[in-house]
Amino acid sequence: MRDASLVAATAIASAIVVGMLLVILLDVVRSGASVISGTFLTAAPSGGMQAGGVGPAIFGTAALTILMTVAVVPVGVITAIWLSEYARPDSRLARAVRLAVANLAGVPSIVFGLFGLGFFVQTIGRGLDKAAYGGVATYGKPGLIWAALTLALLTMPVVIVATEEALRAVPRDLRDASLALGATKFQTTFQVVVPQAMGGILTSAILAVSRGAGEVAPILFTGAAYFLVELPTHLNDQFMNLGYHVYVLATQSPDVDKTRPQLYGTVLVLLVLTFLLNVVAVVIRIRTRKALASARA
Amino acid sequence: MATIEPSQRSPGGEPRAAVLTAAPSPKLEVRGLDVFYRGEKGGETHALQDVTVDVFPREVLALIGPSGCGKSTFLRVLNRMNDTIPGARVAGKVLLEGEDILAKDYDVVTLRRRVGMVFQRPQPFPKSIFDNVAYGLRAHGLADKREITRRVEQALGRAALWDEVKDRLDAAALGLSGGQAQRLCIARALAVEPEVLLLDEPTSAPDPIATAKLEELIAELKADLTIVIVTHSMQQAARVSQRTAFFYMGRLIEVGATKQMFTRPRETRTEDYITGRFG
Repeated sequence: MRDASLVAATAIASAIVVGMLLVILLDVVRSGASVISGTFLTAAPSGGMQAGGVGPAIFGTAALTILMTVAVVPVGVITAIWLSEYARPDSRLARAVRLAVANLAGVPSIVFGLFGLGFFVQTIGRGLDKAAYGGVATYGKPGLIWAALTLALLTMPVVIVATEEALRAVPRDLRDASLALGATKFQTTFQVVVPQAMGGILTSAILAVSRGAGEVAPILFTGAAYFLVELPTHLNDQFMNLGYHVYVLATQSPDVDKTRPQLYGTVLVLLVLTFLLNVVAVVIRIRTRKALASARA
Repeated sequence: MATIEPSQRSPGGEPRAAVLTAAPSPKLEVRGLDVFYRGEKGGETHALQDVTVDVFPREVLALIGPSGCGKSTFLRVLNRMNDTIPGARVAGKVLLEGEDILAKDYDVVTLRRRVGMVFQRPQPFPKSIFDNVAYGLRAHGLADKREITRRVEQALGRAALWDEVKDRLDAAALGLSGGQAQRLCIARALAVEPEVLLLDEPTSAPDPIATAKLEELIAELKADLTIVIVTHSMQQAARVSQRTAFFYMGRLIEVGATKQMFTRPRETRTEDYITGRFG
């Protein structure tokens, strides 16, 4: 009897979660699908944001996430390798790094945005300008590179934690087998452990990308632009971004009601992009699991 | 961890020559070996207590005893694989041709090239069959492709796997069956041409054909290798080994010629174990 009520409770709870997701998806698809077209995906907004498309925002989002990935994956993966393979679990430094990672994950994203403005734009950027550009504001203003680095900081904990988990899932026996052949710790780590964990590491990278692709707050002050006709061509150019564009369309356009179809279309594009990234992550995870399962058979 | 005087290295300083005489000098000399593991709630477990035993060149020494008796721990000390266990502590001496391998400055990478190990569960690397066998050679800095190919083929041949994999050397090693994977691990260990081979229950998978093949292989390998094998099976110890050591609760109870151990052991505990009264 108690079992039956528990089953019912979990079923209702699950139904609420799935139901909410379906309502959101249906609403977005119903209102957004009609505006999706080749022009919408490539053209710049026009006519007071009531016509045109989101081409520059898609380009900006792509450029931003690629740069962020290039920044976050090497640093995150190397940190995770150090934590999992080299640091003694009880060492002070390792505990300090772990604590820092956990705290970093809990910082609100708007705080990352302010930090990016204060640290990257105003400190590093202006320092660069003084040192190399004769004080002319070149890097000392919001731009693609600073937004990407700010996002990289935000997604760093995701990469570190997921990569460390992937490395820890590699059985100790496999490390021992390599060491017992007279391989060094370094050879064992990079030729056996990391290849074995590659599926998990890739998954973590993609999760970080999909998380970063949808974030708006960290790029508000560090590089995102309200409206740009030209695509960014330099690391210090400002850029448009899908997430920020949603915010702009919803609150800043001259006539919010008339931009609503554009708004839904933009949300749909953002959702589809994030969804596709997650699908890729899941596919990689399944394929890795299959490879590992066949190793045990 | 005392340093070793030159006089201790071997009689006359010619270890190789000594091997050929009627009374060979031991390949491995274990003297008063203690191993401690750190327990989960602090405190230490005394996993091995005061073990003293010799292993002679070109013999197969079988280690038997109930689970948790310390036989695998003993095996792992012989190529310092206990170094990878956090909190493990070793005291005593283990001499490989007279040199103390437990000395702090002893190079474990070199040691493991001389003393190879095959584990209970086969652990193929996420690489091709060829690259699995070539792994140790490359790790040791061998770059000559023809030499690598020659030694990989030779090792696969010695491990009785060549005929089964010669047409798919580039296939992933993860696709091999359990018995094949275990022979791949043996080929991998043989490719680096160790002097001593440590086998930790290599035939625990219930596959009679694989077991028979492996036992044949051990008989062939002992022509030029020293082999120490941990086994749960009395029959296997009797079939493959010349001498047998019986471990019980972290102590080496008795070591002697396999025939004598299985027919008239000196210790009643050995007899009880062999005849199946406990364990």
